[in-house]
Amino acid sequence: MKWRDPLLLIAVVVGLWQLLYLYAGDSALSSPVTTARTLAIMLQDPRFLVHVRETLLAFLQGFLIAVLIGLAIGFALGAHAFSGEVGEPILVALYSIPKVTLYPIILLIFGIGMPAKVAFGAIQGIVPIALFAMNAIRNLNPVYARTARVLRLSPVAWTKELLLPAALPEVITGIRVGFSLTLIGTLLGEMFGAQRGLGYLLMQAMGLHHMPRLMALTLLLVLFAATVNALLLALDRRLHERG
Amino acid sequence: MSRVGRIRVLVLLGAVATLEALCRTGVISSFTLIAPSTIVVSTVEILASGRFTADIVVTLRNVAAAILTAMIGGVAIGTLLHGLPATRRVLEPLFATYYAIPVYAFYPLLIVVFGLGDLPQIAIGFLLAVMAVVINTMNGLDRVPAVLLKAARVQRLGPLATAWSMRLPYAAPYVFTGFKLCVAYSFVGVIGAEFITSSRGIGYEIAFAYNNFDNRVMYALIFFILAVVTLVNMSLYAWERRLLARRQR
Amino acid sequence: MASPAHVLLRGVTRIYPARAGRPELHALGPIDLDLAEGEFFAVVGPSGCGKSTLLELIAGLAAPSAGEATFEGRAINGRVPDGVGVVFQEDASFPWLNVFDNIAFGLRHAGGGATEVRSRVDYALEFMGLKEFAGAYPAQLSGGMRQRVCIARTLVLKPRLILLDEPFGALDQQTRLLMGDELLRLWRETRATILLITHALDEAAMLADRVGVMSARPGRFLDVVSTGWPRERDSRIVSSSAFGGLTSRLWTLLRAESLRSLGHAAGQG
Repeated sequence: MKWRDPLLLIAVVVGLWQLLYLYAGDSALSSPVTTARTLAIMLQDPRFLVHVRETLLAFLQGFLIAVLIGLAIGFALGAHAFSGEVGEPILVALYSIPKVTLYPIILLIFGIGMPAKVAFGAIQGIVPIALFAMNAIRNLNPVYARTARVLRLSPVAWTKELLLPAALPEVITGIRVGFSLTLIGTLLGEMFGAQRGLGYLLMQAMGLHHMPRLMALTLLLVLFAATVNALLLALDRRLHERG
Repeated sequence: MSRVGRIRVLVLLGAVATLEALCRTGVISSFTLIAPSTIVVSTVEILASGRFTADIVVTLRNVAAAILTAMIGGVAIGTLLHGLPATRRVLEPLFATYYAIPVYAFYPLLIVVFGLGDLPQIAIGFLLAVMAVVINTMNGLDRVPAVLLKAARVQRLGPLATAWSMRLPYAAPYVFTGFKLCVAYSFVGVIGAEFITSSRGIGYEIAFAYNNFDNRVMYALIFFILAVVTLVNMSLYAWERRLLARRQR
Repeated sequence: MASPAHVLLRGVTRIYPARAGRPELHALGPIDLDLAEGEFFAVVGPSGCGKSTLLELIAGLAAPSAGEATFEGRAINGRVPDGVGVVFQEDASFPWLNVFDNIAFGLRHAGGGATEVRSRVDYALEFMGLKEFAGAYPAQLSGGMRQRVCIARTLVLKPRLILLDEPFGALDQQTRLLMGDELLRLWRETRATILLITHALDEAAMLADRVGVMSARPGRFLDVVSTGWPRERDSRIVSSSAFGGLTSRLWTLLRAESLRSLGHAAGQG
């Protein structure tokens, strides 16, 4: 059954966690039960929810910008073959550099606050979204273009009815990757330079050596990221199977 | 250089020239961005002064440690899992979701456990890089055609000989892709960790310069590390392309 | 004289201009061709001789560098005329649409009303033997069936000229023979003029009224062989003695050209 394997995996992870806790003790780790309980308490605390809201707002805005700008760049480079050839290595280079090094520059431009946080996430997500969208257009099966001409479709009809549906699976993959990277970028920015948000709380718990809190926050972030990614992955796979 | 290459260089030079002009004319203040030409000059000066050589060495050493452990660990784990299909299937959700998980969220935990030395940063670099190596190693071993393995059995080659003469040549390009990703991720992981919290290293010095309003040093170090990382990544990328191109025959 | 040619080609040539790293390429021609309305014409020739280019020129997907091509008396010049249908070698079915929507696609975009679309598509489904698969997706179908979907998509538009570029190339021999029978049924039903490009001599000899044999690149017609088959024919004619004579005649013409084109390929190797 499909559910058996992931449940088994989770059980093994939690089991290892518990063993590690028994070995390392309270000063190094917090047990699974304690962590879960701490998280439950935190989620009912309105002061905590303020931080959740802060991170969520920053992340969602960053993601939206990454999608809009990323798709625009990707489609433009995909549609215009020469620009795509010129631009692809540049995009690939941008993809592989540690963009965290640009964070101080972002702070210089935006100052500390929400706009900077949005930027932290957005710059991480733009590049993969653009790359995947560009490839989706470039790798379009050439027989579709010829079919469109034989059927004498208008450019609008061709774009709407052929190009976009055919490109969709790859575009969604890019958006899925961009989602994860934007989240990581937002979090990273909060850990580096912020006074509110989950990343900030993470650093605070570290400074206070408050293990249950630290692990509860980590658990929350991991659960959120993994769950949404799993959903997007299911969508991604469905689209790719269909073709 | 091809026409595409030349246009690309022109585009990049144009972007830099625009920034230069905006800085020189004061449209962008020097509190925000220092002119590119000045950045390049001060980078050379600052590097020559040797003030940050120790930090550069620390960072590069940690990156190297992350790369080494991720490659060895990743190839070992990948090969092992390839031989244990049931286990691999159970772990499949982990492979699919791994890179969505914010690895940096574990950094504070690692610091609490390992203390504030170099180990947490190497660990983050390792954690970020290892999965790419595992996945690519497994993919590479998948690609070995079954017919070849049958031929090996017919010729009565032992497991080691089979691995060396049959599996390795087919898996090699994928392992190299894993290596390329491993290098990129190790840099991202180590430097990112240095930014969040550390006591030395390039990331630490950039954050320090920022906090002390020292734009000159900050931009120089940012430029230096980006240049190094880009150079390394682009070389590996080009090498990979050549390896793959030769195999297309 | 008989009624004017349905498709007329005079001195049609296609030369790809020189560009960076590649000299000028004389791909096709000059070609003269007269297709009578409702005839089934096959084109065979060695690889690289320009058969597909010829099809593209007639379809209006490319313009000739010299000479003129007309369809129903009007010039085709790089624009696809009304009434022309094309079936490509590659699978052109749309994976995100089910079989019904795939077939209806062109018709809907040509402005068909819902009831008309429904009736024509139903008819095409019936005709091509796809009735039970109307709700299925291409990913669930075999290669042969996907090609049938593409043919149905063309059929539904009631084309007067149908161009097929090695449509059965990816299929196994038995399926090809059966698809050949279907093509003949289609031809009789629609009364369209058909131009079939194929590398399979037996397929050309079995299906066509006339077979044009092309030379190696730049492709020109070496000869046009009339088969003389009756309109009501199917794959069983492959067992007739006339068929054997036909294919050996085609191969005699083609053999030298194929060797020459192989020599081309080796020289550029």
